Parts: sequence; structure tokens; C-alpha cells
Amino acid sequence: MLSRTADHLYWMARYAERAENLARLLDVSYQMSMVPQSVAAQNENWRAILALNSLETTFADVYNEVNVENVLRFMVSDANNPSSIYSCVRAARENAHAVRGAMTAETWESVNATWIELRQQDFEQILARGVSEFFDWVKLRSAVIRGVTFGTMLRDDTLHFIRLGGLIERGDNTARILDMQYHILRNGDDGASDFYRWGALLRSLSAFQVYRKVYRDAITPGRVAELLILRRDLPRSLHACADGIVRMLQLIANSASAETQRRAGVLHAGLHFARIDDVFAGGLHEYLTDFMDRIYELGEGISQDFLVPG
Amino acid sequence: MTAEFYDEMYDASGALRPHYRLFAEWLAAMPPERLARKQAEADIAFHRVGITFAVYGEKSGTERLIPFDIIPRIIPAAEWAMLEAGLRQRVRALNAFLHDIYHDQEILGAGRIPAEQVLNNAQFRREMIGVDVPAGIYAHIAGVDMVRAGAGESYVLEDNLRVPSGVSYLLEDRKMMMRLFPELFSRHQVAPVQHYPDMLLENLRTVAPVGVADPTVVVLTPGAYNSAYFEHSFLAQQMGIELVEGRDLFVKDETVYMRTTQGPQRVDVIYRRLDDDFLDPLAFNKESMLGVPGLLAAYRAGQVTLANAIGGGVADDKSIYPYVPEMIRFYLGEEPTLHNVPTWMLRKPEDRKYVLAHLPELVVKEVHGAGGYGMLVGPASTRAEIEDFRARIVAAPEKYIAQPTLALSTCPTFVDSGVAPRHLDLRPFVLSGKSISMVPGGLTRVALRAGSLVVNSSQGGGTKDTWVLEN
Repeated sequence: MLSRTADHLYWMARYAERAENLARLLDVSYQMSMVPQSVAAQNENWRAILALNSLETTFADVYNEVNVENVLRFMVSDANNPSSIYSCVRAARENAHAVRGAMTAETWESVNATWIELRQQDFEQILARGVSEFFDWVKLRSAVIRGVTFGTMLRDDTLHFIRLGGLIERGDNTARILDMQYHILRNGDDGASDFYRWGALLRSLSAFQVYRKVYRDAITPGRVAELLILRRDLPRSLHACADGIVRMLQLIANSASAETQRRAGVLHAGLHFARIDDVFAGGLHEYLTDFMDRIYELGEGISQDFLVPG
Repeated sequence: MTAEFYDEMYDASGALRPHYRLFAEWLAAMPPERLARKQAEADIAFHRVGITFAVYGEKSGTERLIPFDIIPRIIPAAEWAMLEAGLRQRVRALNAFLHDIYHDQEILGAGRIPAEQVLNNAQFRREMIGVDVPAGIYAHIAGVDMVRAGAGESYVLEDNLRVPSGVSYLLEDRKMMMRLFPELFSRHQVAPVQHYPDMLLENLRTVAPVGVADPTVVVLTPGAYNSAYFEHSFLAQQMGIELVEGRDLFVKDETVYMRTTQGPQRVDVIYRRLDDDFLDPLAFNKESMLGVPGLLAAYRAGQVTLANAIGGGVADDKSIYPYVPEMIRFYLGEEPTLHNVPTWMLRKPEDRKYVLAHLPELVVKEVHGAGGYGMLVGPASTRAEIEDFRARIVAAPEKYIAQPTLALSTCPTFVDSGVAPRHLDLRPFVLSGKSISMVPGGLTRVALRAGSLVVNSSQGGGTKDTWVLEN
């Protein structure tokens, strides 16, 4: 396949996945903001979302106050914020448009229709209907795109690069969401509401019922981390993402990609053989930061080996 | 229905033409609200699929739908047979002409076409002199614009031999009609067109460089912001081949390669949708970021085939157009079966004198113009527009030709006020390789504004499905 085609497919998948995860993150923050807490604590939460994407200054250029509505407006509909859901969907659509012939007509149409529908909703309408409905819509559209992609495309490199992009992005995003929420929850002083907050985090990653099924026990921070990091059979866990990345890299391997494969293998082995106690012993934040750094390196390697060869 | 224009559906007395009878019965039984709903359904589907084109001169990146009209243009089998024979003849002669002027120039030697008209033409590429191209074919894909005028006679309006576009609309229009009104296709024997991409790929494979058994064919596009990008990606997808941009290709040792995720891969045939000027910054426009450095050298060395060939524009230039009938006589020893529109060449003093005295009734076109840009339709222009054009003609007469304003035929068309006649043309696509092939019919373009004679999509034209009946 053409390197440029692979590049567009990979980034289409990354942006689509990013839009979905952003919807998940904003949704969990919104849900948590309904748990009784001080206004200051609430706004701290929204500030953390901006920090997560290093957007504090961009935000401050336009908005004078960090509050629910401003952050949502900025992260949902702001065309000038490159990290907003709006911008992610647009970028996914532009990448798809550039190589629309490389995918099935249904796949392209599912991406294009998402963009067309998104453009027709302004933020006031979204607020009026309730933001959760909008986040559900984003997740649904992402599911449609994924379903149509997997349901219609030939199992060749086209699909492998799309999957690879989705897995890299998802691994990074799950680590980010967990890192941020864990930080906030650990600093929380309100023990009684913890159940709701951890519950919301799990729900945002579609892991609430899974948790119940796997542990059949009270929700504890340690188990939540274990589930989201080490559980191989949870589709959004770091382990599952690393699994998929290794498999995709094997399928697309070329003469330049040995080092990238090795690094992915090391990352995967670390997750495969880790114990959650060891993760906590070294510090969860440090562990997640290191994971995100390695995902970043993998992304760079993939780019050099396959997408933008020198 | 008045007899002012030839109408494809009704004769001068207002009676139905026989080949429209079944369709008219169906249309009459169709409740207007169902028609309107189907038209709306078509618009939504086209938008969803993203069958759009970018409009030049508007805010960059503007994408627009080409309006699709649900009333088909129907051509009886016998009429198509005549058109097809004439088109094959014409394209054969055009290819023979291109081969000749880049080799022995016999037609110039025989004085049948003024040599300076060819040799001083900006589209004549000296780089191509003496270069042998596979099968001697230059115009692998020709889009010949046909109109019907007056009492119903057909004319060739122009031969598009560079990068003619529109075939994707032809295919999508058919797909849309079959989706909206499947019952129509069980009532009519409509000749199929959906195999065009297979024919095109086969045609491109037959002109691969000598000795390449299993050629790699690609489509070369200027990129996603080109007005015809939808078509480029559509054709690449339908043929199952790569859609490449200039930056995906490189030339090493006079051989063309594409950059793939598995390393460089050799390319044998390039269906290029990029004008000559942009193909190779080393040879042509040095500013071009769209082309491939060294491509011309690889091409001249016979290591890669370009379709269409470099330098074909000299044969579809409007200043050469008046000589096409002469080419047919010269190369084929046959009389042309398709008519040319009478054309005044403004470089000739006597033609110029006549044209300047009759501007309000004529159509004036730039010799190198295309897409309906830079033309004057006398009867539809204001006095100021005519005077403006007059000044441009006087300043550079050799840049213009003039033709009578043809009373283009009409066809009933679905418009805001109901169903009304609108003017149309027809662009059949002729494929040349080891042999000539075509799908029946072509792209019918329709001027949606009442009275307008300009059918180009960039000027508010729409399209119709074109049916060639098999019985």
C-alpha cells in the first residue's frame, strides 16, 4: 500500500478514536460534577481536562473563567481548538476524504455522515438537549464507523493500519483518563461519594458491568487500576491495546520495522507479566506516564518505518 | 411543447417520440409528491456519498453537489449505433494525427492543415517529437462533446483529449436511477454502463511498456482539492488500483516507483489526471509541486506509459478543431459521419470582420479555454459584456474562435416549477488502446437555468442518466 494512504488511514482512525475517548472523558467529568461537591473542586476537575491536553493557554485566550459550560463549549464545539470533538471529527473526515477510494464506500460514508451531522448541531442545541445525549451520539457514531469498517473491509494492510491507529490512540487515551481521574479521586476527601466517582470512571470506559462480573465485589481503586491496565480481555485496557499493537505490527512488518516491533514487544511483555502491586509500588502516575511515553515512541517508529519513509 | 427547439421527448407537433412512450406512461402515473420525494432522496444520497466537486473562484475548499435530474435522456439503439461509429472514426483520426505530427508530419507536408497552426501551438510539445508510444495511441481516454441542434442533427462541439472528466457521474447517475426507480429498468432494455472501469483498466493494461507482462497501473491525481478529485478516487477504487499524488512517486534510473509501506514498487502505466504543465517540474512548470521530477525522461525512455500521452492537447485545441474532418479524410480516406459546428477563426481577417459585426448572435470561445470559463454567449449577454469581449478579441484575435449560437435540443427536466424543457449535451467516452471500446451513451449534462445554453457543472449545470435502448 502507498505510504501516504497508510498515513491517512492511520490518522483517520486515531482522530475518530480520539473523538470517542474525549466524549467518554467529558461525559465522566460531567457525571461526576453532579455528585455533591464544592464548586472549587468541580472546577478543579475541569481544569484538569484542559491540562490533560495542554490547552490551558489556548483556553484562557478566549474564555475568562474555567467552568462547566465554558470547558464543554471549548472541548465540544470550538473549531479553533484543535483538540475539540469538532476538530477531531473534522480531521478524521479530512483524512478519510484524502483516501476515500482506499476504503469501502460504506466506511467512507459512515465517516462523512458523522461529519455532516456534527456540523448541523451548534453548541446551544447540544446544551439544550443535554450534553450526555451528545456524548452518546459521538460514541454511537464511533461504534458505527468501527462496525462498518470491520464489517465491510478486506482483511489486508488497509484494515491493519486503521486498527493500528485506533489501538495506539486508545491505549494512550485510556492511560490519560485513568491518570487524571485517579489523581483527582485520590485527592478527594469525600469517601461516601467515591463509589459514584469510580463508578462513573468505569462507565466512561464501558467497564462498569465488566468490573462487577470480574470482581463481584466492592469497587476499590486498586482493582479499577488493575482492570484498566492489566486485564487482557477488557477491550480498552492497556494490555489489550498492547496486544493488538503487537499483532498489527507483525502483520504489516517490513524490512525497516524490526526495532519498532521489538519495542512494542517489550511494552507488551511488561503488561503481560506485571502485578498490580508492583505497579502501585513504583507509583501509578509514574507507570502511566512511562506507558504514554512509550506509546508516543511507538507512534514515531510507525511513522518512520511505514508512513513517512525518508 | 413549442417547436422552438428540438426536444428529445416530444416532436414538433407535441406528440411523444416512440422511444419515450413507456417512460412517459410511467411518469404520468407517478404522483408529483412521490417524484419530489425521490428527488430529495437522491440529493441526500449524493451528499452522503460525497459526490461533490470543488468550485474554483469560490472560497477555497467549497464543495458542491452536481444537481442530478431524475428524468433520463433516452437514445434509441439505431441512433446510438450511428453516433458510436462516428465517434470511433473521429478518435481514430485524432490519434493518427497526433502520431503523425510528432513523427513525419505528413498532413502538414500535404498542406491539409497550416503548419504554423500546429507547430506554433502552445499545446504542441517538442519533447514528444520522435517518441514512440505503445500502440501509437495518444488519446487513450477521449470525452467528445456532442450536441443536437436545429431540426435534430448532431454536432461535435469539442474533442477533449487531455484529462476529460465526468465519467464518474455517468456511473453514479445510473446507480442512483436503479436505486430510486428499479421498476423502470424492468420495463426498458437499457444498455448497461457499469463495466466502464473494467474496460478502462483493460485498456490501460494493453498500452503498458513493451515486455511488461503484469503491469502496475495507477491513477495520478493533483490531490483532494482538485475539482474532479471525487472522480479520481472513484475510478482508482473501481479499478482496484492505487490513487497516487506526485509526492508518492519518484524516478530512479529512468524508472518510476511509488513509495509503499513495503518499500518502493515499480509503476508501469500512469492514468494521469494532471495537465502536461504540471507533470514534471524538471521539464515543464518548475513551480509545480504536483508532478514527479524526472517523469518525462522515464516516459521518453519508454519505461512508463502515460495516459493520456503528453502533447495530446494540440489535437483538441479549438483552433485545430475545424480541421478534424480533414484529418478523417486524410488518414482514414473516409468521409466524416459526425458534423463539426461551423467555426470562424478570428485570426483570419475575413472571419474576424464577420464575427465582430455579428457578436450578439454568436458564441465566442477562447482557443485554450475549457469548462465554460472565458466564453461569450452573444444572445444571453448584455451590451457591456459584448463590448468587453469585443475589446479582448481585437487585442488578441488568434486567441478566439466563434460559432453560431446553436439551438441546443431540450429534454423535460424536474425543476422548481415542475417539469420543464432544459437544454442539454452529451459527452460519450471513447477508450483507445489495442482497440477502441466504449460504453453506450455518455454523460448527459443539462443547463438547469431556463433558457441557458451552458451545461458545465461549474456554471450551474446538472446531469441526467443517459439510456441507450437495446431494442
